[in-house]
Amino acid sequence: MNNYSTFGTALHRLAILCYVLFALFPLFWLLKVSVTPNDLLYSEGVRMWPSRMSFEHFRFVLAHSAFPVFFRNSMIVAGATAVIVTLLASLSGYALSRFTFRGKYWLVALMLLTQMFPLVMLVAPIFKMLSPLGLTNSLTGLVVVYTAFNIPFATFLMQSFFDGIPKELEEAAKIDGATQFMAFRQIVLPLTLPGIAATLGFVFTAAWSELLFALMLISGNSAATFPVGLLTFVSKFSVDFGQMMAAGVLALIPACLFFLFIQRYLVQGLTAGAVKG
Amino acid sequence: MVFDATAGFPESRRRSLVDRITRHAEPYLYTAPALILIVTIMLAPLVLGLSYAFRDVHLLNPFSGGYVGLDHFRTLYDDDNFYRALRNTLWWTGASVLLQFVFGLILALLLDRPFAGRAIAQALVFLPWAVPTFLTGLNWAWLFNPVIGPLPHWLYALGLMNEPANILSNPQLAMWGPIIANVWWGIPFFAITLLAALQAIPRDLYEAAAIDGAGAFRRFTSITLPFLAPTIAITVLLRTVWISNFADLIIVMTSGGPADRTQIVASYIFTQAFRALDFGYASAIALVLLVLLLAYSMLIVMLRQVLMDRA
Repeated sequence: MNNYSTFGTALHRLAILCYVLFALFPLFWLLKVSVTPNDLLYSEGVRMWPSRMSFEHFRFVLAHSAFPVFFRNSMIVAGATAVIVTLLASLSGYALSRFTFRGKYWLVALMLLTQMFPLVMLVAPIFKMLSPLGLTNSLTGLVVVYTAFNIPFATFLMQSFFDGIPKELEEAAKIDGATQFMAFRQIVLPLTLPGIAATLGFVFTAAWSELLFALMLISGNSAATFPVGLLTFVSKFSVDFGQMMAAGVLALIPACLFFLFIQRYLVQGLTAGAVKG
Repeated sequence: MVFDATAGFPESRRRSLVDRITRHAEPYLYTAPALILIVTIMLAPLVLGLSYAFRDVHLLNPFSGGYVGLDHFRTLYDDDNFYRALRNTLWWTGASVLLQFVFGLILALLLDRPFAGRAIAQALVFLPWAVPTFLTGLNWAWLFNPVIGPLPHWLYALGLMNEPANILSNPQLAMWGPIIANVWWGIPFFAITLLAALQAIPRDLYEAAAIDGAGAFRRFTSITLPFLAPTIAITVLLRTVWISNFADLIIVMTSGGPADRTQIVASYIFTQAFRALDFGYASAIALVLLVLLLAYSMLIVMLRQVLMDRA
């Protein structure tokens, strides 16, 4: 019995180890190539770590390429989208959580519908709609499109956070003479801060990663976001692997920061939701 | 007269009328910005796109835009590329969902057991989920590249390949590239969802079953699986729709090639719009895809109904 359980434990740890290796290896390789000097890149083949490290690729990418511009553009687009979506979604999520009103059913149905149909369908018509408005090849255009795409999910997310806050708090405030909006702003919102942070993070990551609409709507380097810039770079200079991977590592930074911040809430939050539902 | 009557109301009554109006308007004010954005940026283009399916819309041709009836659909009917894309979509979706689900379930079961360092292990195995999809695609394309990546050399060393070649340029094997990248990226999603469902199962059930002499396998089939079943069903169904539309990895890794062997319907639509600039034909394919997805969803709903009636 004891023998069996020791064996089981070993097997369990081994399986976990396999998963960890599988999850980390591609990112490790990205990092490895990005710090390998060019002269060792081909001669050392599939060595696990270069015999000599160098940050020349990072220096080149930061000083002599358009990547700082792409990085800035992506930061602006993802940051603005995250802030606007969170603001609007906390309003609409609050309405869904606290009010019963005519048309609520249809609003929820509409938002669910937007989650079901393939967004790639909208690539052509959105281009046609935005181009006479001067919103193609512009960061504003991307923010508008990403904001609309992310609002439905963010609304449901915020609604679930509001649902977790007892109504009695606002009712007490209203008895003391506060309007519903004051109660919302001064009592409910501060209590929802973790939810707001999560929504900000989710939307930021989604906007940071979006590729297809950015490819379609943006041409030229000045308004390119990171994915568009990196892909253009790859198709133009497909031999500078060190530089491409250095740029890739840079693209990974904001996403990983967000992830470290969010990951411990993930299972916890989902579990709470599951128990409640 | 009406105003006079209102003015004659005692102060408290009038305030309550204003209150009532604001209270009725309030939820609409809260939801208006979100609703307006969804209608103008998602619903309007959707309708516009549906109309393109019956028109000749070419980006580079300013005289295009005329009504062409069902011409696009006639072209589509004879378009071998479309049928290949349809078959590829089934293959891509089926393999991705199945592998993500199986490995995600195993991971969730492994993580459900307490052990030293679980928090760190969990953070590390969930990390791929945070990697932007364009980077996931590029990263795996590089790993499969024999110049820079180790995978072809390993496959060669294992005797699985005659020479260290790039599977992404091999028409027979190319689809495995995006599928593997998709599995790597998507396992955490399944694992997170299933782990949450696992942790919601009351622990005393397992204890009671163990006291009654049920072995580990028996406990898994009679407690764990029935409890997980609803979560599994919903996650798999939603993921199927989502992955069948998920073109990013394919566009980044192979852009549909070699010889259209990795082209799925979603990437075909994007290619028609983005490279051929043929918005009309792209919209016609999109309409067909939408109808197929609706049919799939209806099928699921009906299946669920049948299963519930039987239960």
